[in-house]
Amino acid sequence: MAANFSSQEQVQGGIGVTEPGHAHDAHHDEHHEQSFLQKYVFSTDHKMIAKQFLITGIFWAIIGGTLSSLFRLQLGWPESTMEWLTPFLGKWIEAGKLNPEFYLALVTMHGTIMVFFVLTAGLSGTFSNFLIPLQIGARDMASGFMNMLSYWFFFLSSVVMFSSLFIETGPAAAGWTIYPPLSALPQAISGSGAGQTLWLVSMALFIVSQLLGGVNYITTVINLRTQGMSMSKLPLTIWSFFLTAVLGLLSFPVLFSAALLLIFDRSFGTSFFLSDIYIAGQALSNTGGSPILFQHLFWFLGHPEVYIVIMPAMGMVSEILATNARKPIFGYRAMIGSLLGISLLSFIVWAHHMFVTGMNPFLGSVFMFLTLIIAVPSAVKTFNWLATLWRGNIRFTTAMLFSIGFVSLFIAGGLTGIILGNAALDIQLHNTYFVVAHFHLVMGSSAFFGLWAGVYHWFPKMFGRMMDEKLGYVHFWLTFIGVYLVFLPMHYVGIAGFPRRYYAWTGFDTFSQFADLNKFISIAAIVAFFGQFVFIFNFFYSIFRGRRATENPWNSTTLEWTTPVEVGHGNWPGDIPAVHRWPYDYSKPGAAQDFIPQNVPYSQTQSSNLPYEREME
Amino acid sequence: MSTISPTTQAVSDSALDKPRTGTWDGGNEPFNASYGKLMMWFFLLSDAFTFAAFLTTYGLIRHRYMAYSGSPEAFTFSTKYWPIPEKVFNAFPGLHGVDLPLAFVALMTMILIFSSVTMVLAVEAGHRFDKKDVQKWLLWTILFGTVFVSCQAWEWSHFIGGTDEGTLMNDGTRFYGANLAVNQYGPVLFADLFFFITGFHGTHVFSGICLLIYCFIATTNGTFEKRGHYEMVEKIGLYWHFVDLVWVFVFTFFYLV
Repeated sequence: MAANFSSQEQVQGGIGVTEPGHAHDAHHDEHHEQSFLQKYVFSTDHKMIAKQFLITGIFWAIIGGTLSSLFRLQLGWPESTMEWLTPFLGKWIEAGKLNPEFYLALVTMHGTIMVFFVLTAGLSGTFSNFLIPLQIGARDMASGFMNMLSYWFFFLSSVVMFSSLFIETGPAAAGWTIYPPLSALPQAISGSGAGQTLWLVSMALFIVSQLLGGVNYITTVINLRTQGMSMSKLPLTIWSFFLTAVLGLLSFPVLFSAALLLIFDRSFGTSFFLSDIYIAGQALSNTGGSPILFQHLFWFLGHPEVYIVIMPAMGMVSEILATNARKPIFGYRAMIGSLLGISLLSFIVWAHHMFVTGMNPFLGSVFMFLTLIIAVPSAVKTFNWLATLWRGNIRFTTAMLFSIGFVSLFIAGGLTGIILGNAALDIQLHNTYFVVAHFHLVMGSSAFFGLWAGVYHWFPKMFGRMMDEKLGYVHFWLTFIGVYLVFLPMHYVGIAGFPRRYYAWTGFDTFSQFADLNKFISIAAIVAFFGQFVFIFNFFYSIFRGRRATENPWNSTTLEWTTPVEVGHGNWPGDIPAVHRWPYDYSKPGAAQDFIPQNVPYSQTQSSNLPYEREME
Repeated sequence: MSTISPTTQAVSDSALDKPRTGTWDGGNEPFNASYGKLMMWFFLLSDAFTFAAFLTTYGLIRHRYMAYSGSPEAFTFSTKYWPIPEKVFNAFPGLHGVDLPLAFVALMTMILIFSSVTMVLAVEAGHRFDKKDVQKWLLWTILFGTVFVSCQAWEWSHFIGGTDEGTLMNDGTRFYGANLAVNQYGPVLFADLFFFITGFHGTHVFSGICLLIYCFIATTNGTFEKRGHYEMVEKIGLYWHFVDLVWVFVFTFFYLV
């Protein structure tokens, strides 16, 4: 490790690009060979850590997707025998039927894995790490060591969560929101035993990882921007990662509090969330606690969490749309303003998840009002994306397709958000499949599309090779059509009143006419899931066999494309480039090319300088 | 920005070649703070939210109980209402049976605040590169911190042990002191919250003492001198002040309100 630390010191020294004494540091990466462990396992290089997050995220996405296919089998064919799954699920198949409590565990773990392990750690863990230093012009994160710790805490958390899938009493089963008293009482459901304990331990580790990563992202953006990279010249990706990290920093500690209190309720006999409970004919001694309190604490994290998931996707999509439409992003400052607006609002709308908890209707209407205001910054972003596409010189790269898909899904899912944000309508729709359809479109699928767009777009920078475009198209269309075929019908199922988290509806005559629709959704979901293997093949195949990438394959303006194809530790072999212009000088009238990178000074582009830019002369 | 007109081509290149150099134009530290110090500030912000969640929990649960409405003289412990803090925390080590409401916790608080003063002096000595003074003031801070944690330990043991007379509980038995499931002072959650929140704060003080001991050893070994700055002392100092500040809130909520 000693060599690694010293290289870190040099990286820090190399940051002061304007100090002449440090110029020699720029070549430090040629000085020593790194061992395998230093390079691939305990790496402090932000790019390697990003890849570690990405590959762990892909692993989790496969697990999360498999779980959803399993419960979609149950929901689509509730009467059929599942004997054939016995080799895979063992005792959770009883007499040819899926164990109902295990069904709940499947749903719980699917949610937990997708929200936290894939779309939080896998998404912002990957791209914040990869892009922040590269796009702001830094040699690495502020603290490479803490960055490494951030990944390894995430890894540890992953190990704990993964092992909980295999224990005898099964993984946590109280929903990803782990509401007490269900999650607090092992006698209520077997998943609330050791599985829930492991869940809480895993999440505590996860929060530590988020905290280590978050302070790093924030301080890096504040302190390590290269000369000339003012906040109003930052690519929108960086703004979104920055604000995502702020949200995580302020909301995850509250989940930590809630988890700690819950651990005490479960293991040490306190009554924070428990009161007056009869279970299995026995009265518990707990009095005075409030399960609603848990919901407040949980959703104070839970709501910002959905923006932690979606904002990095928004940032990357903005970047990819502008690049591939060969146009400046429409309304750059409005895009930043709307990100700020969304970040602020995300902290004061949490109780819209709790309209039916018996809260004061006046309070409910305050939260409804604030919730509906979020439609304003969201619409600003949507219209800006559409205006960016408008009359653009569009290049349909795979990343571009996924970005356009993102906008489509965000609109489709966002519209139902306005419906659900309304307290009166929510009383009818809460806990139905309408809600499930809404958030799977607006944050689940959209964020996944952002993730894919990011992977296809920055793959050349990550691995020095290109992903296959044709396979990318197949992946896109399978997924795009699949997602709509799954979640559009699900809205109807929800309006018809199907409640979430039910094992089967065969007991209700009213629902029998929708059995076919459920079967249809299940088929679409499973096909779309298998479509993802096209991506996985493409990803791993291209790492080794993909077409070699050029330095700037998309003709993009941001700083990461000024690095060599095989980026070394320290990012730029020479001095870090200085920044002169904003990141969206695409198709500027009078320019020699249809893009001008951020590091090109105005003196070299006199034919295209605008009047206010000439004023600097 | 210069005032030269666009047509003056001769001097234009130099201005057009250079990136801007304002406070927020990159290539510097806009808050004049190193990344480590910024990280400490952001960590503290995050930690503040953790404590805020606990104190919100305290407020919400306390609000679920009626306040005691009789005269203070006639006050007895009951699970029906939240106890008056002066009646619970009125013991002082070595003065058994004397009613000294909040005297001990006031002393503890003073000690902790004094430790903040000595911490400031240690940071200041670090700016002067006065190794001896840094050592001296760090030792005082560690001492005061340790005394505070010890006082808390005594406070806890007295709280757990209970009063001589105990309280007659609903089931007819007499109960002395407190644990997480039952206590003699009032609702179960009164003791739960007391243990949890003061315990969480105490853990923070304890971590702070460990960090200070590390600082002391590093100072003695000359690590900071070699490094050319005593910033680590400053960063740990930030943490220490934060923990003190949180205590002021915990103290206000549990003992004063």
